Amino acid sequence: MKSSNVIARERGTDLLTVRDLHVEGFSDERWHPIVRGVNVSLKRGEVLGLIGESGAGKSTIGLAAMGYAKPGCRITQGSVVFDGADLLSMSEARRRRLRGSRIAYVAQSAAAWFNPAHRLLDQTVETAVAHGIASRGEANRDAVELYKRLQLPEPETIGFRYPHQVSGGQLQRAMTAMAMVCRPDLIVFDEPTTALDVTTQVEVLASIRRIVEDFNTAAIYVTHDLAVVAQMADRIMVLRHGQTVEEAVTRQMLAAPTQEYTRTLWAVRKLVKPEIEARDHLLTIDNVTAAYAGRVKVLVDVSIKVPRGRTVALVGESGSGKSTLARVVTGLLPAISGSISFDGQPLPLSLKQRPKDLLRRIQMIYQSPDSALNPRQTVEDIIARPLEFYLGLKGEQRDRRIGELMHMIEMDESFLDRLPGELSGGQKQRICIARAVAANPDLIICDEVTSALDQIVQEEILKLLMRLQRELGVSYIFITHDISTVRAIADKVVVMHQGKVVEQGSKTEVLTTPHAAYTELLLSSVPEMDPDWLTQLLARRKNRGILDAAG
Amino acid sequence: MRLNSVAKTVLQRLGLGLITLFIVSIIIFSAVAMLPGDFAKATLGQSATPETVAALQHEIGLDRPPVERYFSWVGKMLKGDFGSSFASRTGYRRTVAEIIAPRLYNTIFLAVMTALIAVPLALGLGIVAALYRNSWFDRVVNTVTLTTISFPEFFIAYMLAFLIISRDTFAGTEFAQSLPAWLAISINWTLNVVPKFPTLANINDETPFWDHVWRAALPSITLTLVIVAHMMRMTRAAILNMLSSPYIDMARLKGMGPMVVVVRHALPNAWAPIVTVVAFNLAYLIVGVVIVEVVFVYPGVGQLMVDAVRSRDVPVVQACALVFAAAYILLNLIADIISIATNPRLLHPR
Repeated sequence: MKSSNVIARERGTDLLTVRDLHVEGFSDERWHPIVRGVNVSLKRGEVLGLIGESGAGKSTIGLAAMGYAKPGCRITQGSVVFDGADLLSMSEARRRRLRGSRIAYVAQSAAAWFNPAHRLLDQTVETAVAHGIASRGEANRDAVELYKRLQLPEPETIGFRYPHQVSGGQLQRAMTAMAMVCRPDLIVFDEPTTALDVTTQVEVLASIRRIVEDFNTAAIYVTHDLAVVAQMADRIMVLRHGQTVEEAVTRQMLAAPTQEYTRTLWAVRKLVKPEIEARDHLLTIDNVTAAYAGRVKVLVDVSIKVPRGRTVALVGESGSGKSTLARVVTGLLPAISGSISFDGQPLPLSLKQRPKDLLRRIQMIYQSPDSALNPRQTVEDIIARPLEFYLGLKGEQRDRRIGELMHMIEMDESFLDRLPGELSGGQKQRICIARAVAANPDLIICDEVTSALDQIVQEEILKLLMRLQRELGVSYIFITHDISTVRAIADKVVVMHQGKVVEQGSKTEVLTTPHAAYTELLLSSVPEMDPDWLTQLLARRKNRGILDAAG
Repeated sequence: MRLNSVAKTVLQRLGLGLITLFIVSIIIFSAVAMLPGDFAKATLGQSATPETVAALQHEIGLDRPPVERYFSWVGKMLKGDFGSSFASRTGYRRTVAEIIAPRLYNTIFLAVMTALIAVPLALGLGIVAALYRNSWFDRVVNTVTLTTISFPEFFIAYMLAFLIISRDTFAGTEFAQSLPAWLAISINWTLNVVPKFPTLANINDETPFWDHVWRAALPSITLTLVIVAHMMRMTRAAILNMLSSPYIDMARLKGMGPMVVVVRHALPNAWAPIVTVVAFNLAYLIVGVVIVEVVFVYPGVGQLMVDAVRSRDVPVVQACALVFAAAYILLNLIADIISIATNPRLLHPR
């Protein structure tokens, strides 16, 4: 899709021309602009990357390219000319005939975008059969062919499974097959790998790139991840607040962005914290094994030491046991065997056996502040709860402490009577941090606390957490699958895979001189800004035959 | 393995249903035992001597302690013997089973007939209302069904009966004569379009099948009007609830038309709540129809139970109550099983 094909692509004729697109969304009883006068042009076989923070309007533009506005949105102005016909002014019936057959869509979270009630194969071939492009039998055979090309396991039979029976990475590839089944001229990829682990992401990116190249399909690739878009796109368009910031050919955009905003996006990845060794250990996890009721063990003989006032990063893909370890430390899931000691004292394994003061000293911050905050409680109620429950603060003392905490998380006291629904994602996560800090804990477990946030907000949250550590001397166990986050905050790194600790040590030891094969695989899968990174990685892996092992 | 887990769940529900039925039997027995009045005194009248009362009580076993009576009742029932009605005399035994059986047949006949009309109607209206939500059709259907559900069922029953009677009498009323002639004629014409359903559903063992259907028409229409709103609104709401799912957006982006989106993509995921409400309403058709039965003099179990309570015929009351409970539990059990069968996550575990 890149390199050799670029020249062939540029010779392609115009496929899609979006002119002066305006889209509005309805919320709080009025219409707000989401996209404000964006122009997009795309040639046959060309891949355009749309990049920006959430709320920049990139997904909305992706959908508008199909002449579609989500419920609650409307396209108010502009034209979307696809292969000579304006999608916005044609009849709904004609638009429907184009959708799926000539313009297809691949969504971010395949688990939610696949219908849980039907088998994968039925959903894959639905468009081809409904649009009369192929008979059911032909479409079935073609779907199997596409599953093979996308390197899905058991391509002959995987189609007979239901969406909940296959993994996220497989589902994402099945969705690409579903988009491909009519051999469309254009596919809109809306963050297709954002919900995946890095090791899986590499596979899916490679599959998508290969198949788009094979069929010379044009694509709009929407993402917030620069390193990913660098691998996929011929051209990149940077968006902010529904407007184009700048647009250029990928290499030029990466090498020499002209706009200040683009430069700040590029700079985010450079946050690095120098590590500090510590001898004094706050928490010692010794040979812990844990399992969910009646199931296989999810943690096997895990031993980890957490230095006082420092940060331990727990790294691994989903299913590696990171979050289970957090549940074991908090006592939500008592370990079957092994022991944990906290501040020199043995820590009762079960939550029920721990006195209130011990509960106070270990706090948690979750990935999704939306589900971690009670939507019916005001910010004040949320922060006051641990103050009243653990510390028994009342009246003026309580109010003063709330003021201090709000100051600590750099938020104004005017937010106190707001509800979580009125806050942005970053603000909500700050409230979660304040709630954890309110208990004066010694240890805070941060479970993917930044992965639901934009990169710029991520950086702010990470900086806040680091400052609180310096000021309060609190220790963190930081669960993440993102290596750049590890670089930014960790003193010590623990790599986990399939419930076991693969490798642990100081950040420099683990990140610079990888010993374990799995660590190597994990680290090498983290996309880099170099547009040749994926091509080179695949070549290297092919030589060493790692690719198959990773699947 | 997969069938086993579903079979296990079904067996579990079945077991729970039996336990519920057992508990219900205790409650029924206690409640009936606590009813004021006494069968013997009620039958023999004020002037009966204590000796005759005691003799009758002994004859039908009322002088034994309640716990013993409960276990002998349950024990016999497990063997299929529902006991004898108190109305039995020496030499003239009437078993509860032979009293209830024809009545139960009538009740089930009416329930099935109503279900066959009401369930497809409710689902169809619900689907179309969801398809054209906020259109005039949606509003009219919602308003009409809400109106019918808001009236007490006896009111609807009498209104329907009145309508049928007006068919013949309207032209002669003072009201009709006070109207302009064209209006009176068109109303009369409209009334005559309505078939002349019988307003009294008198039915016996010899009534032929289609005659039975004809006579049960008015009670059935009344019940349909009562239950359709609930089911239709749940169908509509469950589908609309699904319409905000991402996979519905996906279906639209695949170029599927509105009908396919609703029927193939939304409905299969909406069965569980719909089926629960349908089961609830079907249970009502068996358990709650007594008023409609009385209005149309339809000889079902509901009327039988009311008569039995009046004459303090305890075995019949208990058996009726137990039949109601069993119907209720069975229908909800079926709803549970359908919910499982339409959920691929349960039917096809990883």
